[in-house]
Amino acid sequence: MKGEMKKLKFTVNGKPCELEVKPETLLVDLLREELKLTGTKKGCQVSACGACTVNIDGKAVRSCSVLALQANGRKVTTIEGVAEGDKMHPIQQAMIDHGAIECGFCTPGMVMSAKALLAENPNPTREEVKEAIQGNLCADAGYVKYIEAIEIAAREMRGGH
Amino acid sequence: MIANFEYFAPKTVSEALSLLSKYKEEAKMIAGGQSILVVMRQRLLTPEYLIDIKGLTDLEYIKYDEKQGLRIGALTIHRDIEKSPVIQKHFGVLSEMEGNLATIQTRNWGTVGGNLCHGDPAGDPAPVLIALKAKLKLVSSTGERVIDMEEFSEDYLEVALGPGEMLAEIQIPTPAPHTGTAYEKLMVMKGDMGVVGVAVSITLGSKGSCQDARIALSNCSSVPLRAKKAEKVLIGKTLNDALLIEAGEVASSEADPPADVHGSVEYRQEMIKVFVKRVAQIALEKARAA
Repeated sequence: MKGEMKKLKFTVNGKPCELEVKPETLLVDLLREELKLTGTKKGCQVSACGACTVNIDGKAVRSCSVLALQANGRKVTTIEGVAEGDKMHPIQQAMIDHGAIECGFCTPGMVMSAKALLAENPNPTREEVKEAIQGNLCADAGYVKYIEAIEIAAREMRGGH
Repeated sequence: MIANFEYFAPKTVSEALSLLSKYKEEAKMIAGGQSILVVMRQRLLTPEYLIDIKGLTDLEYIKYDEKQGLRIGALTIHRDIEKSPVIQKHFGVLSEMEGNLATIQTRNWGTVGGNLCHGDPAGDPAPVLIALKAKLKLVSSTGERVIDMEEFSEDYLEVALGPGEMLAEIQIPTPAPHTGTAYEKLMVMKGDMGVVGVAVSITLGSKGSCQDARIALSNCSSVPLRAKKAEKVLIGKTLNDALLIEAGEVASSEADPPADVHGSVEYRQEMIKVFVKRVAQIALEKARAA
């Protein structure tokens, strides 16, 4: 029936999660409104700015352009699932240490794009780093610091090599 | 906001097809949704029933053998085509095209079949597939048929899928020896929709003259456009700069480009000339090296 709620079962930041959702709900709205994970930002809502980037099964995807129900059976990681308790993830730490944060609105999306990149490619070239965050717009044009911070984090995660 | 709809997530292709044959025009399929969710959000499209086929992993594959050519399952994501070693080796132009299709985030979720079924004349895969002489396998609960890629697009956002039909596979023949294919588009920013895009495939004969040519344009008409008259300028000739320039001029006269914020009709007509010559040159160099 139209408007009927559907069951969604997926993993969010390592925790199994089961809830009923309206089929037209976008993943970004489910994360922010239902699960109160407001670290994922809503910018353009037309797949242009990348502020809503999350990881689905380890890959960077825009949560404004995915139906929440399409996450069924999958593993979603948001910015809230990146740090280990109080310990920042090396990507987050490098961004803080390197001053790669201006207003911070695009930062969660940048971290999620970088995280997916480094999981797949621990030693990316500068071009590969740029390509990974090409879909993340920074209104402050803080791109160079972001790129450098991701490279610092990559080196750190490889054990300093 | 998106208008509400009834949602189905079939587990198999046959289940998806029976839902489609039941609801016909009232139903729409969603794969990665990178295009359809945009038009649903704008309420250009308000389906009663939405059939989510993203989970049908049976249609996610890349298979190659020299005789059969390349077979790509309709639900293969763009990023997998871009990164496929077999595609990079034998159909490099497809990987190059995918590398400039939107962003990694979109390519990680969006599917090539979804892109084609959306029927946007500015899309990148269609002109490249036309240049590569691709065919599409369409299936329904009553059977299947295979049509040429260039017959698939009918009008702006309209494709030749009958009620109850879905795209299952893209079939690309192994190109003739000494064939080179290239695609380039005019982008404001890397990953943008092309202001204009041009795909050219050139096959050289034993004496080095142009035995066969295909030219297809994106964002230059209401459909991905095959510039057949421009192809005729090249076929049978020993190619030189003057002929490539002439092919560009003819292609430009065949096109019926739109005007929008990115360019006027006149600007696009000029850019078609520039890009046909430029891309034909690249295709020619690739054909010579092949």
